[in-house]
Amino acid sequence: MRTAEKVIFEYSRPGRGASDQWPPATLAAATADLPASLRRARRPLLPEVGELEAVRHFTRLSQLNFSIDTHFYPLGSCTMKYNPKACNQYAMLPEFLGRHPLAPESHGQGFLTCLFELQEMLKEVTGMQAVALSPMAGAHGEFAGVAMIRAYHRARGDLARNEIIVPEAAHGTNPATATMCGCTVREIPVDAQGDIDLEALRATVGVNTAGIMLTNPSTLGVFERRIEEVARIVHAAGGLLYYDGANLNAILGKVRPGDMGFDVIHMNLHKTFSTPHGGGGPGAGAVGVGARLQPFLPIPVVGREPPGESGAAPRYRWLTEKDLPQSIGRLSGFMGNAGVLLRAYVYMRMLGREGMSRVGEYATLNANYLMARLRQAGFDAAYPQRRASHEFIITLRRQARDLGVTAMDFAKRLLDLGFHAPTTYFPLLVPECLLIEPTETESRDVLDAFIAAMVQIQNEAEQEPERVTGAPHTMPVRRLDDVRAAKQLDLRWKPTA
Amino acid sequence: MAFIPHTPADVEAMLAAIGVPDIQALFDEIPASLRVKSLQGVPTEMNEMQIGRLMSERARADGRPLCFIGAGAYEHHIPAAVWAITTRGEFYSAYTPYQAEASQGTLQLIYEYQTMMASLTGMEVSNASLYDGATGVAEACLMAVRANRKSKSMRILMPRTVNPHYRKVAAATAGNQGLRFEEVAYAPDTGCTALEALQKCAAGEDITAVVIQQPNFFGQLEDVDAITDWAHARGTFVIASVNPTSLALLKPPGEWGTRGADIVVGEGQPLGVPLSSGGPYFGFMTTRMEYVRQMPGRIVGRTVDLSGRPGFTLTLQAREQHIRRAKATSNICTNQGLLMTAATIYLSLMGPVGLERTAAASHAQTRELVAAITAGKGARRAFSGPFFHESVLLLDRPVAPVLATLASRGILGGLDLSEHYPELGHALLVCATETKTQADIDSYVAALADVMQKARAA
Amino acid sequence: MSNVPADLRYTRSHEWIRTLPDGTVEIGITDHAQHALGDLVFVEVPEAGRSLKAGEASAVVESVKAASDVYSPLSGEVTAGNPRLATEPEAVNTDPYGNGWLMRVRPAAASPTEGLMSADDYLKFLETEGG
Repeated sequence: MRTAEKVIFEYSRPGRGASDQWPPATLAAATADLPASLRRARRPLLPEVGELEAVRHFTRLSQLNFSIDTHFYPLGSCTMKYNPKACNQYAMLPEFLGRHPLAPESHGQGFLTCLFELQEMLKEVTGMQAVALSPMAGAHGEFAGVAMIRAYHRARGDLARNEIIVPEAAHGTNPATATMCGCTVREIPVDAQGDIDLEALRATVGVNTAGIMLTNPSTLGVFERRIEEVARIVHAAGGLLYYDGANLNAILGKVRPGDMGFDVIHMNLHKTFSTPHGGGGPGAGAVGVGARLQPFLPIPVVGREPPGESGAAPRYRWLTEKDLPQSIGRLSGFMGNAGVLLRAYVYMRMLGREGMSRVGEYATLNANYLMARLRQAGFDAAYPQRRASHEFIITLRRQARDLGVTAMDFAKRLLDLGFHAPTTYFPLLVPECLLIEPTETESRDVLDAFIAAMVQIQNEAEQEPERVTGAPHTMPVRRLDDVRAAKQLDLRWKPTA
Repeated sequence: MAFIPHTPADVEAMLAAIGVPDIQALFDEIPASLRVKSLQGVPTEMNEMQIGRLMSERARADGRPLCFIGAGAYEHHIPAAVWAITTRGEFYSAYTPYQAEASQGTLQLIYEYQTMMASLTGMEVSNASLYDGATGVAEACLMAVRANRKSKSMRILMPRTVNPHYRKVAAATAGNQGLRFEEVAYAPDTGCTALEALQKCAAGEDITAVVIQQPNFFGQLEDVDAITDWAHARGTFVIASVNPTSLALLKPPGEWGTRGADIVVGEGQPLGVPLSSGGPYFGFMTTRMEYVRQMPGRIVGRTVDLSGRPGFTLTLQAREQHIRRAKATSNICTNQGLLMTAATIYLSLMGPVGLERTAAASHAQTRELVAAITAGKGARRAFSGPFFHESVLLLDRPVAPVLATLASRGILGGLDLSEHYPELGHALLVCATETKTQADIDSYVAALADVMQKARAA
Repeated sequence: MSNVPADLRYTRSHEWIRTLPDGTVEIGITDHAQHALGDLVFVEVPEAGRSLKAGEASAVVESVKAASDVYSPLSGEVTAGNPRLATEPEAVNTDPYGNGWLMRVRPAAASPTEGLMSADDYLKFLETEGG
């Protein structure tokens, strides 16, 4: 791999710039009417580099990254599947790209048709009654979901219901979201099989229960087998069920959250529906609801005008507060991450109904194959008696205890061998764990190569542990001093002179 | 099978290794009653050629009208290199940089971005982006509640000159945590927020923060120095919501008043991000070092590795959702990394001179547009006083039919303000950027005059 | 095996309490707690004059891995937060019962350490916790 690259400011030279990108100089005349007291006195610190220098710098930076396009990336609960280039190309057609969000609907029927059809397809694959597309990430969708639950209870006059139940293995966004919505969190344990402790659940639900937030399959990589009973218990106590769609890839086309009894779900379009992760976003956290929560959907939502004369194409428009007076409100400046939604639309149209069920099937096949082969190679699965969903957990507790080699060490050594590490140390319940999700777009050859790498690292751990505990050795940097990063905060480049 | 590489031989070998007869056996833990029978509501599959054709038809239907709308999203020239590099697979398909050694590209880019945004806004530290400008205001209000130790009221003064969608998002996002937003009227002659109005609203009580948008939603320039000093004198935080292009010419919030703003947010879309019907965009947030631990979102820091070489890593993560859980500063996880990448490349190509010229040219074109329109019949400026690259015009007739007719001629004439500001009457918010030539402006002015003339005669 | 001085009292949330000659109490986190957190990068202590209720979150200790609230074991008024920790948060790691003290409090009740665990009880508690 390429070694490190200078910070761009170190290439700056006064007077350099990509001048063919700039409008002509008209400064004094153009801005004479701006009051002096509001004018900027000193130029901001921005790079002064030519176009080739900038292109070279950022291209080199990109070459310091692992990515799906370059490496197997089995991050559990992240669903790092191939991001089809077609999705990017067609979402970026010039007419879609250049359209202002406030352009009239007369100049947006193509765009709105795509979004309406996306809503309909998402409804169908999740078994929900209505979908809203504006939340901009999974966590944002969670916020919308919990806010809708709260709004529902308040609309019924049931103001005491402000507790959200969360399994102890849940992802950190779940309790954080509950707090953001003004709710308190009650955690319940999971049993040794990885299922929710039903006794604990029965003891926890009551008149203060607003709802429960669940992922199914859970963050432990296993299907919540008694989900219908969980739904009965929570509904009987007057609460609602929220589905965290982070693991939807495991059951896409095979099981629908709506059929499991969930009242509201969020979907991570950047996971299950293959929109790009982009180095940290943009995502899209579409939400789906059953009939009870439909009035509370965040606006705007795409609606279809009732058909006029037969034969005319349907017309679409944005539904706003006027159409949904009980909506939890507007969650985005415009209508969410429209470009991401178009990418998800292209993906879903390419898959079609035939392709949806193959996603769940092959994601699950790949995960079970990987788990079986790793177990055969001597690794310990956290829930060996269970089927893997689309992901599974390996625990390296034994290696940590006997060899002094941890999950972190394995993860770093995998980088040297050309694989991005799986998720480490999540869920917190399982010590020294790796949460591994191959996704359906990886071939058997890639999985076999990963297994070989894990076996190699195990051998090194036994014979030459320093090789593993000192890893990575071949990356642009070795392990970084996190403590120093947090104590001696260096959060921006400063000129030395 | 789209994107699935398995051959039947692969599947057979894999099933044998697992020890099951077929793929369906892998789902045997799932109750049969829950299994989906069919997905008839989803259309049949399409190959890439077919979907390409469908999307091209739909895009063509929407066309490319000439756009004079601003109102929070601005059409600027984007150099070709910006998206050529941003869509490189190494940036496009990378994950959040949790494994720092495998993500130095993204991490260093974020560090460079943080440097640029801190300087552009005149503040000390930046995060790695939020969802958009609207949620940025909401997050800033939540942050002010956490950081302002002198205040307990959780009351936020929100002028009506702040973007109406932003005000709605703030209420929808932060209302559930006990924050109270109080609307402040604007002066009808200047379209700006007067100190008297703020004082009246505050009524001598404890106010946690005041939000100031600059330029405001009308394009008018607020008296930011006076408002900032007023707020600080009474222990109120100043949240600035700003247009990043304008900061090439206008005094940055870090220099407002005597002490500067406390938290700065804004919509980053003007920096290299296409309009794309409203998203994905990105929100930026900067602040003073003393509040860095209250700032939501990811932050990258520079440190050293085991060999003493410099490297970059996510830091201060203990504030974030995946560690603090219920006590997090926010629940934000994914942010808007790809857009921040585009903005960083854009700012590197434009540099300080290019950004300044873009801002100046946009202002010049808007002035030109406003002067030409108001020289004709039936339109005048709504407000007096300085503005920047957007302005409100008052027409002598309802705006909506005028805009509809202009649209049918391929011109998007601006935003009708009657929904959000009915008290203004027939008000139209217009914007021209550096992408509009003199010929474009002439087309608009001529079309508008013609449309108004015909309506008058009818 | 953590260090648990015999002359202090302890809570289930891993704080220790020392009664000072002037009747105020000194509070910090135990060796077990600092070890679990890892190297501290930041500590926030309460200001003098702040009044606390028993069980109230009164300080924050932050490492790279985790940020934890420190709960006041008793009610009273803060007389001082440890000023050293602003620049030297690692004092909590290296000397948790000495220089790493977090705050001093004038207790509201006459017998403020009543109901708190002895060193032996805390050791037993750590064993059952698996610590």
